[in-house]
Amino acid sequence: MHNFDSIVVGGGLIGSAVSYGLARLGQKVLMLDESDNSIRAARGNFGLIWVQGKGVNHSNYADWTRQSARQWSDFSKELSELTNIDLAFEQSGGFDFCLNEKELGKRKTMMEKMAVNSVGEFNFEMLNNSELKQIMPKIGPSVAGASFSQLDGHVNPLNLLKALHKGFIHLSGILTSSAVIGIQHHQGVFQVRTKNSNYTSDKVILAAGFSNKLLATKVGLQAPLHPQRGEILVSEKIPPFLIHPTGLVRQTKDGGVLLGDSHEDVGFDEGVNINEMQKIAKRAIQIFPFLQSVKMVRAWGSLRILTNDGLPLYDQSKTCPGAFALSSHSGVTLAPVHALDIAGRIAKNSGLPPIVECFNSDRFDV
Amino acid sequence: MFKSIGKSRGESVTIVFEGRSLVVAKKLNVAAALLESGVTSFRQGEVNLNNRGPYCMMGVCFDCLITIDGLEKQQSCLIQVREGMIISRQNVNVSDDNE
Repeated sequence: MHNFDSIVVGGGLIGSAVSYGLARLGQKVLMLDESDNSIRAARGNFGLIWVQGKGVNHSNYADWTRQSARQWSDFSKELSELTNIDLAFEQSGGFDFCLNEKELGKRKTMMEKMAVNSVGEFNFEMLNNSELKQIMPKIGPSVAGASFSQLDGHVNPLNLLKALHKGFIHLSGILTSSAVIGIQHHQGVFQVRTKNSNYTSDKVILAAGFSNKLLATKVGLQAPLHPQRGEILVSEKIPPFLIHPTGLVRQTKDGGVLLGDSHEDVGFDEGVNINEMQKIAKRAIQIFPFLQSVKMVRAWGSLRILTNDGLPLYDQSKTCPGAFALSSHSGVTLAPVHALDIAGRIAKNSGLPPIVECFNSDRFDV
Repeated sequence: MFKSIGKSRGESVTIVFEGRSLVVAKKLNVAAALLESGVTSFRQGEVNLNNRGPYCMMGVCFDCLITIDGLEKQQSCLIQVREGMIISRQNVNVSDDNE
């Protein structure tokens, strides 16, 4: 029997960020990652730190996203200094393309709404094709324009995950690969069972993606989540042509170009679909026509972990105090607030940050 | 990064790399034949213009790309050597102007 301050179930971007944040404050933490057979959203994502368009109709989500984006620079520095892993972090602002005039008009209205709701905290610019051409000479002639937000950025998501794990271990955290098969709460102590071991702790943080659905019920919580597939194509490495991240095309620091993004309702199928890949490629070629002669070398599908309203799910148990369930499809953007704000509150036993209390599962009770 | 564990035996062919004739075992793929001949730099990295060479030897890393008989960006670890093959280093300015 091993005893911990906290047990974090899930070693993806949310579990790792929270575990890292707890270990950083001197907590004794066990992080239970499952296995390579698990559905692992953190291994498949695009790597955006993205603010524009998030929380247009929900100012707490917009505020929370901005709060995280603003901490990214310091967070990246801390993590790479501690672990010697280069996160390829870049935050010089991101562009979201509009492929026709109608889209451009709609985008402008949406961005204006975000700016008004933010009370001066969110700024944006709208650019037409010739203005875009100044910044990215290879832009296609049929792109109507783009919205730009200074707070957007990008990072190598695999290096981020690796750095969180390495940093966590460096801070004396314990990381084990095993699936949780049971959780019990008895006299203020959690008992977490895996195939080979039993662990106890004062707190349990569920960050197990879709497995939260089942695990949450063991600690008096609910986690109504569903998958949405996104596919990504990646090209051969080419000389740098795009420093800024965009919603659809991103060139990594190594020269590869990532193309996204699809939104597919296909259950738990993590595969790829030729029609979706074609759509992604066609759109990318409309944006940057020279890409038609660039080789694509890989494609993959990955599942976003979504709630019905697209907002995160952060919950704390009333019946089992000390149990939390966390999920969000923005594990990269929100890594700093997960590691610093959420872990900071949990470490002090003061619940979740007030700004995210509205993201509990009560909102799904009809 | 690869170290030879002994010279390959069997029938041989002559290939040309950067104007230099190399006698290599016929059963080898281009990447293995070049490595065995002491070639480590196959191409120029697109971002840093540094020297790159084979990493995975199984067709997934795309770091062994090379120009073979005038065709650029060939995966040298997946192509068997042939008599008279003309091979040259894959340099960035060769094809990646992107215009």
